[in-house]
Amino acid sequence: MSTSTAAPPKAGPPSVESLTVKVDGRAIVVPKLSPDWQGKPAPTTMIQACEAAGVTVPHYCYHPKLPVAGNCRMCLVEFGTPALGPDRKPILNPDGTLKIAKSPRPAIACATPVSPNMEIYTTTPGVKQMREGVLEFLLINHPLDCPICDQAGECKLQEYSVEYGQAASRFAEQKVHKPKQVDLGPRLILDDERCILCSRCIRFTRDIVGDDALGFVNRGSYNTLTHYPGRPFDNNYTLNTADICPVGALTSKDFRFQMRVWFLRETPSLCTSCGTGCNLLIGSREDRIYRYVPRENEAVNGCWMCDAGRLNYGWVGRRDRLTECRMRHPKGGWQVTNWPALLAAVTEKLAQAAPGSVALIASARQTNEELYLLSRLATRLGALTDAVPRPGQADHLLVCADRNPNSTGARVMGLAATPLGANLPRILEGLRSGKVKTLVVFGEDVTALGVEPALLARLDAVIVSDILPSPTTELAHYLLPGCAHAEKRGTFTNVKGRVQKFMKAVEPRGDARPEWETLTELARGLCGLGNFGGIEGLFNQMALDIPAFEGLTWSKLGDGGANLVLPIPPQP
Amino acid sequence: MIIPRRPLSLWERLYLPAVWGGFKITLRHFFKKKVTMQYPEERWTVPAGYRGAPYLVRDQDGRTKCVSCQLCEFICPPKAIRITPPGPQPNPGVGNVEKLPQEFEINMLRCIFCGYCQEVCPEEAIFLMKDYSLSGHSRAEMIYDKERLLALGGTHQDQHQKWKQKAREAAAQGIAPAPEATP
Repeated sequence: MSTSTAAPPKAGPPSVESLTVKVDGRAIVVPKLSPDWQGKPAPTTMIQACEAAGVTVPHYCYHPKLPVAGNCRMCLVEFGTPALGPDRKPILNPDGTLKIAKSPRPAIACATPVSPNMEIYTTTPGVKQMREGVLEFLLINHPLDCPICDQAGECKLQEYSVEYGQAASRFAEQKVHKPKQVDLGPRLILDDERCILCSRCIRFTRDIVGDDALGFVNRGSYNTLTHYPGRPFDNNYTLNTADICPVGALTSKDFRFQMRVWFLRETPSLCTSCGTGCNLLIGSREDRIYRYVPRENEAVNGCWMCDAGRLNYGWVGRRDRLTECRMRHPKGGWQVTNWPALLAAVTEKLAQAAPGSVALIASARQTNEELYLLSRLATRLGALTDAVPRPGQADHLLVCADRNPNSTGARVMGLAATPLGANLPRILEGLRSGKVKTLVVFGEDVTALGVEPALLARLDAVIVSDILPSPTTELAHYLLPGCAHAEKRGTFTNVKGRVQKFMKAVEPRGDARPEWETLTELARGLCGLGNFGGIEGLFNQMALDIPAFEGLTWSKLGDGGANLVLPIPPQP
Repeated sequence: MIIPRRPLSLWERLYLPAVWGGFKITLRHFFKKKVTMQYPEERWTVPAGYRGAPYLVRDQDGRTKCVSCQLCEFICPPKAIRITPPGPQPNPGVGNVEKLPQEFEINMLRCIFCGYCQEVCPEEAIFLMKDYSLSGHSRAEMIYDKERLLALGGTHQDQHQKWKQKAREAAAQGIAPAPEATP
């Protein structure tokens, strides 16, 4: 994403040379060079000029993040360039304007560079006819099985047929049939009849992922997309091909026949599976999450996300979610209670704890706001704190070795040691020696960190907030049911120090409530902090208190996030 | 505004002439042809094109025509229709149709018999039939499930049978023949 390594020394602001073109009669100034699919400067194309002019040019094979193929012919436009006289000087009209010689042939807007004073026409009868013709060709062998096609509703073939196509088909012959329901790999289903041979999937996996696994075989009407024989198409980015497929040829197995897309409400959110923090949209209906799709953010993930992150949503809707406020009876056994009673009891317990006798294990899966409140609590209690690291394998594209979505946030708040988890042995030692009498755990299973259940049973108080049951939640004295990120709002700071916010897609289950609300009340009781007036106010207060967030406000984050001001030391 | 009330005339005060006038009308109707229908025993002839309750149909081969495209669920103004799509598990019984509703419910208490579902259906799988008098002992009973809707809907003679036709064409072209669609 960054141009720091490969860019020439003078790359600072790229060449600002610009030229004027007319799109449908309206003159606009475009740069001579525009970023191509890799972000490198390349001559500005007609389609880029049209986009800058706010004119839609329909296209299938063109994708701003993929190399240009120019095979669908949907973006054909007519154009003209200044006519030159025998002296190679532009000929002028009687009124002094440039005489434009209209090109006898159309050009594909995706691959034709603009030239000075070029005129592009996208609404002429000729262009209209060409679009109709291209669509007619594309629909010749298209099965028109929209009722059983998962792409229906977000299908470019449907959309363009309505907008630019003919009302009725003239095709009376038998269609060419191709393989359907082809098992392309572990996560994809291919329907070759629906494929319009735009080759977006082939280019994506070859040029972006570097796994040259897909290709066309046969010729003419029998031209068919297939994968390399004997090898399933199973890299970690395959589902992006289903996103960029303009038709329903490539569809996700996970989302197959689950819900029609027009029922889904799309909520901007973030991926929590690693520290990259890919932007995504949660598709949900009636408090059930059906899918994640990547959301474009040039500074983070481009247009893509990995399959592992995309399919990691099932736990949000798990039936065994923690949904009750629970307290342990002095005589043993659970007592289901309510939030006011539980929070009063926890506040009292923590207020009584002697300084230095509290340990706090936070989770780097929590939001910045929650970690901020936890750090305020930790300061008040004089607690030993840390978060739990989740190392993994990084890859060449998006996946980060840090599998926590907010390790940077945890470190910026001063809750986590550097490296993450360095304090955990000290906490364990404190628990063993009996110095630590109260343990506060947010979103982690401490039994997996070497804390024996017997050790927890010996403590004065074990205060646990979590989403899913674990051995730790079973042993808690006070259990505060929390929310998944999809059920609340907040911000994460990714490994590169970009603060991004996510929105609430579904309602929390049962009595579960966002941790930041719980923590606000605890912080009010213990530290005398006021009410922040919602997540916006809490974020803004945090930005005032934490130097790294200087100058940021909730509204300044926007959809794409903002970078932290201070450089964050990279984790060893 | 005060409307002054006219005092009754002598004729009006006599009272009996007005009663007689009323009896005359009653007697005239007494000998006319009856228009009242003895409803539960006697039934009205439902005209063609009447919009009664929507039911699902099977085609002449017994195939459930609905493919759970959920357009009716989308268009339904009172949100009476609720479809559960089949999910990703392959269903070998459905052949090249690929997709059948796992569950299809119409809440007949909500249905307003507008006929949008029939109009929007791309598969000719739901029709407004002639039933207009639906009753039940509970609200739950008025939510008709897939089996009940199919049983009530019966068979629709499909002239095209497009899925069968497609499977035949594909088989003729040597593309792995999908098993003939069955219910």
